[in-house]
Amino acid sequence: MIELEIPSDLGAAQAAEEQILHAIEARGYRSEAAFAIRLSLEEAITNAIKHGNKGDRNKRLYLRYSVDDEKAVICVADEGSGFDPKGVPDPTAPGRLSMPNGRGIMLMRAYMDEVEYTGRGNEVRLVKKKN
Amino acid sequence: MPEAKSNLRITDEGNAKMVEFVDRKILDELTITQIGERLSELVASEPNPRLLLNFKNVEHLSSAALGMLITLDRQVKEKQGRLKLSNIRPQILEVFKITRLNRLFEIYESAEEAIQSY
Repeated sequence: MIELEIPSDLGAAQAAEEQILHAIEARGYRSEAAFAIRLSLEEAITNAIKHGNKGDRNKRLYLRYSVDDEKAVICVADEGSGFDPKGVPDPTAPGRLSMPNGRGIMLMRAYMDEVEYTGRGNEVRLVKKKN
Repeated sequence: MPEAKSNLRITDEGNAKMVEFVDRKILDELTITQIGERLSELVASEPNPRLLLNFKNVEHLSSAALGMLITLDRQVKEKQGRLKLSNIRPQILEVFKITRLNRLFEIYESAEEAIQSY
């Protein structure tokens, strides 16, 4: 896997995202898969910067990825204390539809083939099959 | 002083103000915060804001952008205005459907249709 350690800020994250998306496109993944990966990666990185590292620019993000002809695997880790994704309420539940937050994990689950929290809950592993 | 690069194009369509997103991607928090602030100013400047957001250029949208739209919708409703969305590509419409926000927002296929419906 290719490993990237980057500062916990949006500019650095965008460059890393483009690097990963470039690898996806170079492998000939369909545009639907690229769309799904871009969206999920954005959600994972936003969560890591905002909730994991709590906006602290002195903290780091750790990205690992591999892209082959079968699947793309991307891991995003932060320096936070981790969390239990089961504790995140369903954003489509009655009364929650008009809440502005809390849809990132739902979108990752909808668009990825696998979404798994590992470590102490401070790393998310995303898998998208090529076909 | 040159104006800062704007990521919104705003036109008066008679029945409503139409806002076109210039960017293909509405993903990162910084861009979304800027867009949200500009749209909030627009809502604040109108007595009964009638706002149409035209998504024809938008190819990528994140959950943070959805959050911004929800907040904007609330601001518009507080002023007895109406917020409508149009020209959403199928791939983006899917994001609204997954999150069931297609039930919260008034979504039209074309800008013309949306403007006529005010």
